[in-house]
Amino acid sequence: MSQSSGLAKALRTDAGKGLILISPTAIFAMLLLAAPLGSIVLLSFWTQNFLTIDRTFTLANYHEALTDPLYRSLMWRSVRISLSVTLVTVLLAFPIAYFVSFHVRPSRKSLWLFLITIPFWTSYLIRVFLWRVILAYDGPVNGTLMSLGIIDEPLPWILYNANAVIITLAHAFAPFAILPIFVSLEKIDRSLLEASRDLGEDKIMTFFRVTLPLAVPGVLAAALIVMIPTIGDYVTPQLIGGSGGTMIANMIHAQIFALNDRPMGATLAVGGMIVIGSIAMTLVLLTRRWTRPR
Amino acid sequence: MKGRGLHVYAVLYLVFLYAPIILLPVFAFNDGTIIAFPLQGFTFDWFRALATTPALHEATLNSLFIAVTTAVLATCLGLFAARAATRYSFPGKAPIVGFIMLPLVLPEIIVAISLLVIMLQLGLSLSLWTIIAGHTLICVPFSIAILQGSFANMDRSLEEAAVDLGETPLSTFRLVTLPLVMPGIIASLLICFTISLDEFIIAFFLSGNEPTLPVYLWGQLRFPARLPVIMALGTILVLLSVVLLITAEFFRRRGLRRAGLPDSGGFL
Repeated sequence: MSQSSGLAKALRTDAGKGLILISPTAIFAMLLLAAPLGSIVLLSFWTQNFLTIDRTFTLANYHEALTDPLYRSLMWRSVRISLSVTLVTVLLAFPIAYFVSFHVRPSRKSLWLFLITIPFWTSYLIRVFLWRVILAYDGPVNGTLMSLGIIDEPLPWILYNANAVIITLAHAFAPFAILPIFVSLEKIDRSLLEASRDLGEDKIMTFFRVTLPLAVPGVLAAALIVMIPTIGDYVTPQLIGGSGGTMIANMIHAQIFALNDRPMGATLAVGGMIVIGSIAMTLVLLTRRWTRPR
Repeated sequence: MKGRGLHVYAVLYLVFLYAPIILLPVFAFNDGTIIAFPLQGFTFDWFRALATTPALHEATLNSLFIAVTTAVLATCLGLFAARAATRYSFPGKAPIVGFIMLPLVLPEIIVAISLLVIMLQLGLSLSLWTIIAGHTLICVPFSIAILQGSFANMDRSLEEAAVDLGETPLSTFRLVTLPLVMPGIIASLLICFTISLDEFIIAFFLSGNEPTLPVYLWGQLRFPARLPVIMALGTILVLLSVVLLITAEFFRRRGLRRAGLPDSGGFL
């Protein structure tokens, strides 16, 4: 009796109310995220034995994933492509975020942001496919360059390889990079820039010594937001990558559907998560070290 | 001077962002089966062909059903979590909310295969509902992000005033809180609808024999002769997304005006 009234009292406190209120969403996430993630980790320690799954605990899949040159090269390529995309996207996005934050009138800023985000909300599949059209052998890029006399024959290096994947992903993830950088630039107290100028720094030095360091959190967020999903991208390498641009997600899909080896697919997925996690951690730690007050 | 250079760059960048989308209507109205330049002439044939493809209509209906259900479910779950996170402090709040937001930073392929694996291991058959479950999972974080903004912008003294004036917690929520966050709810519904309608990887892994629109599209991309029809379909989809977004933006701004706040930018 006293126990249940104690419970009732606990439920009337702010903490109790908050926990009750968030529980439907939290339980949903436990069932559909924690349980499935747990199950692929478990599955990755089992092996496929023709049609059945051998449930003895083994590291065989991990051993194979680490030693087979095919898996290694695919994982390495995914990381390389994803890091290149991150670099290109962030470098291209920074000036835009800077322009909207510092050179656009406040009343026009949300219009610019709206213009930047619209393409991102249109069908991803169709956007990726259209890059295949744009970069094609007889596509507009080669056509324009040839008619301008810049090149004599279509460029061989822009479709069905890693470069094409990088261009397409840099396009697809542009808004993800622009928005966090923009937010961190908006937070910069403009009087700090004036102070720097008053103290004798010129415009360029002010940018490098005041604006850029203060924008680092946004740049880091942008880099992580672009890098994490691009490592696991399936559509772009499949449509644009050709044989030289396949990535780990294509292999995971092949393992599960074509080769019917679910444990190996699970192992590669877990391996992918570990790689993504460690790169993200390294990036965060490096930035922290670099920007800590000296 | 520096500002002008940046302005030119910004315009060029917008051209880069819009390049694929501008090509879409060009080929949708082009009277030729090959998706390449030079253009052949003007035609409505590809749009007409859309009307006479039953498989496409089925896929569209599947997608609409999934998107509407996902939007409602994700927004309801988002409402609970956003309200809890903005109004109350409770033990384990940061890890719980962080975990719910996790799908935002998880590659979709991981979400897709982990859901697929658990469904197959449990012996559940794939259906539209498995896709809805996956889509709701990835939409909830977006819904929370939008609704948290609405709840945070709300003046809490309005609710207190309602309680002081004799309203019950439930009627306060219905009469005061709900109308104030309604613009956020509508924006969340529209955003979740748009995300679900366009989502491919999870639908691709979790669809049984009932494809969604993107899964159907994916199948068609292999047939060169079907491509102009896909372009026509793409044109319609882009127009639809833009209309939905402008509507969502309209409600977001109205919400800000109601709360008496300055406009501080877009959704994300």
